[in-house]
Amino acid sequence: MNRRLRLALGGVGAVLVGVALWEGYKAVGDPDGTVLFGARVLPRTDDAAMPHVWTVLSRFGDPELAGGDPIWLVVLQACLFTLRSVAIGFVAGALVGLLLAVLMQRLRVVERGLLPYVILSQTVPLIALAPVIAGWGGRLAIGPYPWQPWMSVTVIALYLAFFPVAVGMLRGLQSPAPIAEELMRSYAAGWWRTLVKLRLPASTPYLFPALRLAAAAAVVGAVVGEISTGTRGGVGRLVIEYSREATTDPAKVFTAMVGAAALGLAVAAIVGLGEFLVGRRRVRA
Amino acid sequence: MTSVVLEGVSKVFNAGRADEVTALTGVDLTVARGEFVSLIGPSGCGKSTLLRLVGDLIQPTSGAITVAGKSARTARVDQEYGIAFQQAGLFDWRTVQRNVELPLELRGSPRQERHDRAREMLDLVGLAEFAGHYPAQLSGGMQQRVAIARALAVHPPLLLMDEPFGALDEMTRERLQDELLRICASTGTSTIFVTHSIPEAVYLSDRVVVMSARPGRITEVVPVDLGPRTEATRQSPGFFAGITKVRKALRGDPVPAAEPLVAP
Amino acid sequence: MTTAVDPVVAADPAAPVVARRRHGSAFVPPLLVGVVGLLLWEAVVTLGRVAPYVLPAPSAIGEQLWQSREVVWRTGLASGGNALIGLLVGAAVGLLAAMVAARFAYLGEVSIPVAAALNALPIIALAPILNNMFDSTSSVPRRLVVAIVVFFPVFVNALRGLREVDPIHRDLMASYAARGWTVTRLVRLPAALPFVFTGLRQASSLAVIAAVVAEYFGGLQNGLGSRITSAAANTAYPRAWAFVVGACVLGLVFYLAALLLERLVMPWRRV
Repeated sequence: MNRRLRLALGGVGAVLVGVALWEGYKAVGDPDGTVLFGARVLPRTDDAAMPHVWTVLSRFGDPELAGGDPIWLVVLQACLFTLRSVAIGFVAGALVGLLLAVLMQRLRVVERGLLPYVILSQTVPLIALAPVIAGWGGRLAIGPYPWQPWMSVTVIALYLAFFPVAVGMLRGLQSPAPIAEELMRSYAAGWWRTLVKLRLPASTPYLFPALRLAAAAAVVGAVVGEISTGTRGGVGRLVIEYSREATTDPAKVFTAMVGAAALGLAVAAIVGLGEFLVGRRRVRA
Repeated sequence: MTSVVLEGVSKVFNAGRADEVTALTGVDLTVARGEFVSLIGPSGCGKSTLLRLVGDLIQPTSGAITVAGKSARTARVDQEYGIAFQQAGLFDWRTVQRNVELPLELRGSPRQERHDRAREMLDLVGLAEFAGHYPAQLSGGMQQRVAIARALAVHPPLLLMDEPFGALDEMTRERLQDELLRICASTGTSTIFVTHSIPEAVYLSDRVVVMSARPGRITEVVPVDLGPRTEATRQSPGFFAGITKVRKALRGDPVPAAEPLVAP
Repeated sequence: MTTAVDPVVAADPAAPVVARRRHGSAFVPPLLVGVVGLLLWEAVVTLGRVAPYVLPAPSAIGEQLWQSREVVWRTGLASGGNALIGLLVGAAVGLLAAMVAARFAYLGEVSIPVAAALNALPIIALAPILNNMFDSTSSVPRRLVVAIVVFFPVFVNALRGLREVDPIHRDLMASYAARGWTVTRLVRLPAALPFVFTGLRQASSLAVIAAVVAEYFGGLQNGLGSRITSAAANTAYPRAWAFVVGACVLGLVFYLAALLLERLVMPWRRV
């Protein structure tokens, strides 16, 4: 309890420090930024580039456009829209990653052939594919269902989410000591029972860090994906749209950014909650 | 001359809290210069705590500890002792040679002296040819020998050892016991040696300090006089008599039956 | 090999599973999969008449790659430069911040969850805001995005490493009466190195991703990212894929460089 309180205080403190730095630099810095050797190395501090924190907060209450919905509602709806892509992409990606990990663990040939590519794909900017996958929008169809732009976004989120899970789970499934495997063999337990009784429980310390990475990747994938699909609805698209209004309404883009940040935190919190529940059950058992 | 004196030493962990533990109470012990003293007893009898108190890694709740005629703290700052633990605790990122040089480096010894002394110590434990290896390339027994060489490198007048052979196989263990005795005899080092093994305590020691748990205290001190140890010592009647004496001293305590007295 | 969870590995589920015990045959299965995969891809696209906007044939991508090799090279250099500068700045700041946070128990305890929370945010989306704060014709916003993205894995991993000291090493240093900076130099820093490099390895790939993707949000358009979007917008999909291949190669180069540095700096981890 004491520790949790200290962590909560730390989180609040971090926010306060961030606000203080922002406002402090805005108060001290040159309104036109600092230019060194022809490049602006410190940002502009005028209200158009760095609006006051309270301006941004009050902007949430104002309507998006004259007479429209208040902006907090618009941002919230956009976040929920994006959350759908994130959630589907994350869950599907985690399942695909899990299956692939089990397959690689089961069949050594698959591991040897596939793993180098799984690792390689970790190192390459797969998210760069986003504009290409965005091209599927409106042209493909799965049976009677036309391909929706948000499906492209989901595919990108899935694509980014599945790699951490595949690699992390493979390592987790391979983590039991040879002694434990021999013990299972001495019980005449087959592959499936060894998987359920030994490998899957042993892999939980690897699973949750992987899921956390996958969740964060899914959020980034969805936000970046939305920018490329060119379809309204999500919070990523909102960031781009509002940033074009930066000269007339500078606080607006920050509201969208706060929304994107809240989405990232919410998804991380959901995964953290899952970890907490699983961990609690383990301790009790 | 005395090397270590403990007077009325007690140690209470988490004092005043719900999980308060009296690890040691009323300990009086004197170790003479050049003497080899073993601490033996069941788990939780405070033998490791006692060793860490002498090394000033923790401080006593009450009582006084004198090491080499100084307070334990001054003795630590002056590096009057070398220490070895159950795990070798080598630095993975240093070669064997540089691991042994570490305490000399911290004393500010010149480079050449450091190098020569480390070589000498590695010779002593029979690992001179592995000087350039990294710890990960050595077996557990070899790592433990490097740790002993490191403990001996500053020629400390006192050696503190916390079950240093606990994780080794019996053959390696016996060989290292003989090496340790040879090194201590040739350097005149005093030694406090924590162990779980009755034969090991008897074979190595001039005196075996028998301890019991809850609260940790010294119950008996068994003197051992086997003369210079040789191949024959491990079969001698005196050796077995010593083992019997220590075992009886350990049994004399109201130890719960569930707790194994001696590691097999 | 060991039953316990290696703290370095557990902190880094995406670290490569290094294939040690394999020799000459190590390259055969992945090579086979690669060649068969490419052939299959080509066959499916040409025989199945898959539209190029879904998936262009590898041959078409290769052809485009060859035709635009000069542009790919030039834009790759621009993106690579942004990624490198951002990586160096972000990693240096992350390391320094971790060393400061490790000195103070409370700061160290609090900043790991805070940094982890910040790392879950889509930081790349900061790009348009930074473009407004600087000039949209400057390279600074993209480099700054890279630096911020890189900061978190380096900071979190380094701090974790600096805070974890083997209890035996702590006792040993106490027995040598060593304190403060001596302990940091002799124990904390070298023991933290594997963690730091785990962070750097993750950061090296992230740097390239951030440098490329930051261009999707506007700003100066001289890197790979802008070419991918403009080719895709012109429905020149094989060309877009060619630039994606360029980005992949760039990411690979960064990753391998980090791996090489790790091996050079930590010879003891090779044994």
